[in-house]
Amino acid sequence: MKKLLSVSLLGLAVAATTAQARDYDHVRIGVDVPYEPMEYRTPEGELTGFDIDLGNELCERVGVTCEWIEQEWDGIVPGLLARNYDAIMSSMTINDERRQTVLFSEPYFTPPSAWFAPATSELEETSQESLEGKTIGVQRGTLQDNYVTDMYGSVADINRYSTADDMVLDMEAERLDIVFLDYPVGKSTLIDSENRAYQVIGEKITEPKEYFGDGFGIAFRQRDEALAERFNEALEEVQQDGTYDEIHQKYFGEEE
Amino acid sequence: MLDISAWFNDLLAGNLIFTAQTLGYYWEGLVTTTQLVFLSLVIGLVMAVPLAVLRGSKHPWIRLPIYFYTYVFRGTPLLIQLYIIYYGVVFVDGIQDSFLWPVLREAFYPALIAFTLNTAAYTTEIFHGAIKATARGEIEAARAYGMSQNLMMRRIILPSAFRRALPAYGNEVIFMLHASAIASVVTLMDLTGAARFVYARYYAPFEAFLFVAAIYLCLTFAILYFFRFLEKKLLAHLRPLS
Repeated sequence: MKKLLSVSLLGLAVAATTAQARDYDHVRIGVDVPYEPMEYRTPEGELTGFDIDLGNELCERVGVTCEWIEQEWDGIVPGLLARNYDAIMSSMTINDERRQTVLFSEPYFTPPSAWFAPATSELEETSQESLEGKTIGVQRGTLQDNYVTDMYGSVADINRYSTADDMVLDMEAERLDIVFLDYPVGKSTLIDSENRAYQVIGEKITEPKEYFGDGFGIAFRQRDEALAERFNEALEEVQQDGTYDEIHQKYFGEEE
Repeated sequence: MLDISAWFNDLLAGNLIFTAQTLGYYWEGLVTTTQLVFLSLVIGLVMAVPLAVLRGSKHPWIRLPIYFYTYVFRGTPLLIQLYIIYYGVVFVDGIQDSFLWPVLREAFYPALIAFTLNTAAYTTEIFHGAIKATARGEIEAARAYGMSQNLMMRRIILPSAFRRALPAYGNEVIFMLHASAIASVVTLMDLTGAARFVYARYYAPFEAFLFVAAIYLCLTFAILYFFRFLEKKLLAHLRPLS
């Protein structure tokens, strides 16, 4: 930790002394691969994913050329400060701690959570009344755990698991009535799996922010305010003209 | 009473981790752990006494299966036994429709079964050892009085064996309390489960685990004290005179 801190401080010092904000025509973006489906390589070795497609689209709108630079997660912020690249677009959740070091764009994606139950379940919605006396599964210490504990702790039994796999096992064993999971995780482990009949109950959930966070943002160096502003404008553009939905559709399938 | 609750509120004021809610989790955990350990020890003890007697039987068909049972349960980690009983049973076809399912569905009973079988195996061996160590002279004296095998077991061998086994059994009780900490891996909210929850929620490993360690220490102290009391009573004849 100390080392990391000193490295980032060094990065800050270097960044502060050397350069003023400048205009970019070539933006290098740091990314930690793989993290499917946000960023990963195809079997042919080509870099792809939601972040990659959206990032390339944004660069085009901003009018710069993009280059993706792979960087392990634990060094990704120091790498930005050390000017190995100019931005990070790697499923990075916006939070106050990181805000002190880097400058975030507007959030471009909030990973939703969702309720999953066996297809035979008669649950239709997830109000406190309908889950009364049910057994809910969550992964211990996740934001889903916090949400369920506060909202349903008084009416339902909550089983907390160390891993999502244990939870899926207990759902198959019919020990759980319903589980609350990251939507992409639940989709790949429950909905898309063979021979297993599960359904999503109710809407995907991204609110309130207090539990589900601010979502993913693109990180820039603090002084590159102009660049961040240009990306924000481009982001708004793609969200309005439907390009964003197309990319979303490509990686996350149909909206229910 | 009002004073106490006001004092308690003052004590908790400004404390982010030990709120009334998290203390409630610890309390629930204490209740679960106590139930689990107490029940498994009592049932295990009831099972272990006949098993220990039969373990010394002359007939291999009685002796060997018991030896095999204690060997398996003492030879594998309790965690593995718990996993097998909790996650393993669900792969038995039709278990969900059987009359056993209401019991096996909850995490408590699979954990209780695993702990009971485990402690019964250890206790069987402890008692078996104590029975074997009965002084030859006592048995000869009992025979000389014309006691039957059963009467001798009841009046002479078991009472003295229990006394000899007491210190070792006290250890087993403490081990069981500490072993129960693994119950949280199968979603049981025992003391350790409560601590893990508080740790994960507030990212506060020291506070969460030190507090729970203190509770375990208190429980251990109570057990130690109880067994010291028992030993004083039951082993009084072994104390030096002055």
